[in-house]
Amino acid sequence: MTQSRMDTRPDESDVTQPTLGPVGTLRWAWRQLTSMRTALLLLLLLAIGAVPGSIWPQRNIDAGRVADYLATHRSTGPWLDRLGFFDVYSSPWFAAIYLLLFVSLVGCVVPRSKMHWRAMRAQPPRAPGRLERLPEHGQIEVDGAPEDVLQIARELLRRRQFLGRYCRLRSDDLSLSAESGYLRETGNLVFHSALIVVIVAVAVGHLFGWRGDRILVTGNSFSNTISAYDTFDPGPWVDTEGLSPFTVAVDKLDVTFEEHASGAQRGAARDFTAYTRTQTSPDAPWVHQILKVNGPLTFGGTSVFLLGNGYAPVITVRDASGQVLMHDATPFLPQDSNYKSVGAIKVSAASPKQLGFFGFFLPSEYLDKDAGPSSFFPDLKNPALALGVYEGELYPQGRPQSVYTLSTEKMTQLRNAQGEPLRLMLKPGQTAELPDGRGSITFDGVKRWAGLSIRYDPGKLLALGGAVAVLAGLIASLVIRRRRVFVRVRAAGRRTVVSVGGLAKGEDPGLGVTIEDLLSAIAQRSGTKT
Amino acid sequence: MTNQTLAQYANLGVYSAMAVFTLAMIAFAVDLAGAAPKVQAAASETQKEPALVGGGRSDDARVFAVRGDVAGLPRTRRAAGVAMMLTRLGGLLLIAAAAMRGLSVQRPPLGNMFEFALVGSMFVVVVFLAISLRRDIRWLGLFVVGPVLLTLGLAITVFYTDASELLPSLKSVWLVIHVTVATFSVALFTIAFSVTILHLIKAWLEVQDPAGMSRMRTIVNTALPPARSLDRTAYGIHAVAFPLWTFTLIAGAIWAEQAWGHYWNWDPKEVWTFVIWVIYAAYLHARATTGWSARAANYLALAGFGAILINYTVVNVFFVGQHSYSGM
Repeated sequence: MTQSRMDTRPDESDVTQPTLGPVGTLRWAWRQLTSMRTALLLLLLLAIGAVPGSIWPQRNIDAGRVADYLATHRSTGPWLDRLGFFDVYSSPWFAAIYLLLFVSLVGCVVPRSKMHWRAMRAQPPRAPGRLERLPEHGQIEVDGAPEDVLQIARELLRRRQFLGRYCRLRSDDLSLSAESGYLRETGNLVFHSALIVVIVAVAVGHLFGWRGDRILVTGNSFSNTISAYDTFDPGPWVDTEGLSPFTVAVDKLDVTFEEHASGAQRGAARDFTAYTRTQTSPDAPWVHQILKVNGPLTFGGTSVFLLGNGYAPVITVRDASGQVLMHDATPFLPQDSNYKSVGAIKVSAASPKQLGFFGFFLPSEYLDKDAGPSSFFPDLKNPALALGVYEGELYPQGRPQSVYTLSTEKMTQLRNAQGEPLRLMLKPGQTAELPDGRGSITFDGVKRWAGLSIRYDPGKLLALGGAVAVLAGLIASLVIRRRRVFVRVRAAGRRTVVSVGGLAKGEDPGLGVTIEDLLSAIAQRSGTKT
Repeated sequence: MTNQTLAQYANLGVYSAMAVFTLAMIAFAVDLAGAAPKVQAAASETQKEPALVGGGRSDDARVFAVRGDVAGLPRTRRAAGVAMMLTRLGGLLLIAAAAMRGLSVQRPPLGNMFEFALVGSMFVVVVFLAISLRRDIRWLGLFVVGPVLLTLGLAITVFYTDASELLPSLKSVWLVIHVTVATFSVALFTIAFSVTILHLIKAWLEVQDPAGMSRMRTIVNTALPPARSLDRTAYGIHAVAFPLWTFTLIAGAIWAEQAWGHYWNWDPKEVWTFVIWVIYAAYLHARATTGWSARAANYLALAGFGAILINYTVVNVFFVGQHSYSGM
């Protein structure tokens, strides 16, 4: 550097910055990641990152609403989808936040545990020279020799009232150090470690857990095998062959709706009770059990929940000669709070063309001017079936399809004499003749179905245990005070001056009072009149 | 099943409580306004305090703060006395209203937004009165009764739901455990929120020159306890509320496991309960983090309360989820 400079600051190029090297850089990154400030930042990111999942519909909760959203928001929808806004809690960016937080947690808990282990076994530090510099302190003069006064202070500090039962003492010549509240840090570490346990438990549930759903019409039963489920959603490491071999039969389903209130509460569900028979294995005896919302059935670690219900009209379809082609209860899916339900009846035995009925089941039928056939109450006050009829090929190319809808691409709708689409309106017990000798359809009656959800989550007890430990650790870390109290004595003629100073970790408004109480107790025990 | 006459009496109780709280609010305001004349005395008193530290009593400022005797001098506070009496009366009316509402439907009154608001307000008043048994927090009265009045007003008009039975999924002992604790901790968070706001105002006033202050600022500055003590009070209440909220989260998960078959499903209400938990966890974390000022931490506490308000209003009314029990 030959040129002169006005600036007196050192030229940055002159400063030889220590090169970190790969190991050093890693160590630096690790320090940053495990620092409390980063943890705080990640916590806030986690809070912000969780919010979109409550605003936009989520695939794991309601895939139908996601599809609706994408259909109505053609420009923004695909972008939101690409950014994972419909699968927030399994999106890479959300995973990045919680994984970093997880690493940060581990990186914080491990070294702190080591430190705490050492601190718990170490002696409190020697009393500092000038106790009046400590945040809380006090001083009095008492009768008696310094050694005796110190002995009194030592005995007093052993008592529970000042620093609790787990107080560690250290005696030096003319001073005394006491430390207590180690459990505060223990609680803190338990809190953080238990959070790790909860996260692990959630992961276990995700990997080894499964859920299946099944709609079961009353009078029927199902066994716990994959083929029995309408939908089955296993975790990646589930042994699908090893499901526990129980059987559940639903004999009867009682449903009560609000009859007396008006307004929004009218027709609200009040009680669902399923009367079931269960077997833990094919050879075991049948047991009668009641299944309710909030009252699942359990088979080992697997639980059966009653989550939904609806109606299954019992229908008989006959051909022109009166031969029964189909006689079955077909579940219809409720669409609104008054159980206007949609469903399809597929008669594959009909010939020459297969028959399909598609339409609504209405537990309390009335004709709405705009919406057509509707239901005014969820219970069976005026049950009716409103159906359209199709003929043709029910399962083109054998493709899988929903049991609740007809795939009409290879079917044609039947029409009446006026050329309008044929509509059947049936009450229980009624039979309708189909045109041109296609046979007849009879609405025999209505059964109910129970929507059962069967879940297995091997991580849930671990999660509960972890959560309880989180709470216990949290309370300990907030309630217990970590304190250091020092006592120093000094002769002043025939009397003794006692100084007490205290130091607390975090907020501790009670420390000053404790020191006052200690001082007055010393005065009292040493016989000093105050 | 539901006794509509009793429900009407419950509403009458809410209206009466609102009338009483309105009077209490006026009386609290009159009391605070009366803090002005002692400005000089109080100011000099505050300056003297540091000198006392190190005497026989270890920290007079602390004692002063704990007792919370604002003016430091005996000031006749008849308005405050009247206000406290009225608040007690209002509290009793709210307890009666909640009890009658519960009796009218023969279940704990925790089934819809109106009932949450009613019970929550009752908890706020009860907690305020309970703390005031141990120390003088009359300065806080206005900032407790005000929000309570607002909540009750919204409850009886916007959130009102006719007394009726519960949905099957709500019929569980966990309703009492989960929702009671949730409502109680929200009540604590509400009070802590008021104290935090007052702390921020007071901290802002304390750095100003007392001589150049407007009359309004002087009144506020005199009426409030020192910022340090406000901060400590706010932290203390948060530190009680946070474990209760943690418990709410756990109890909710246990109940969800029983009712819906999964202890955590990222339902909007679950998400926001979690978000609130995380924000307040960050608040407590920030208080222990070096390099974060207490003020920044306090803003986190305010954000946490904002999330609570969203959780109660927006999530209940607008978001679709399994917690759609607003009754609206």
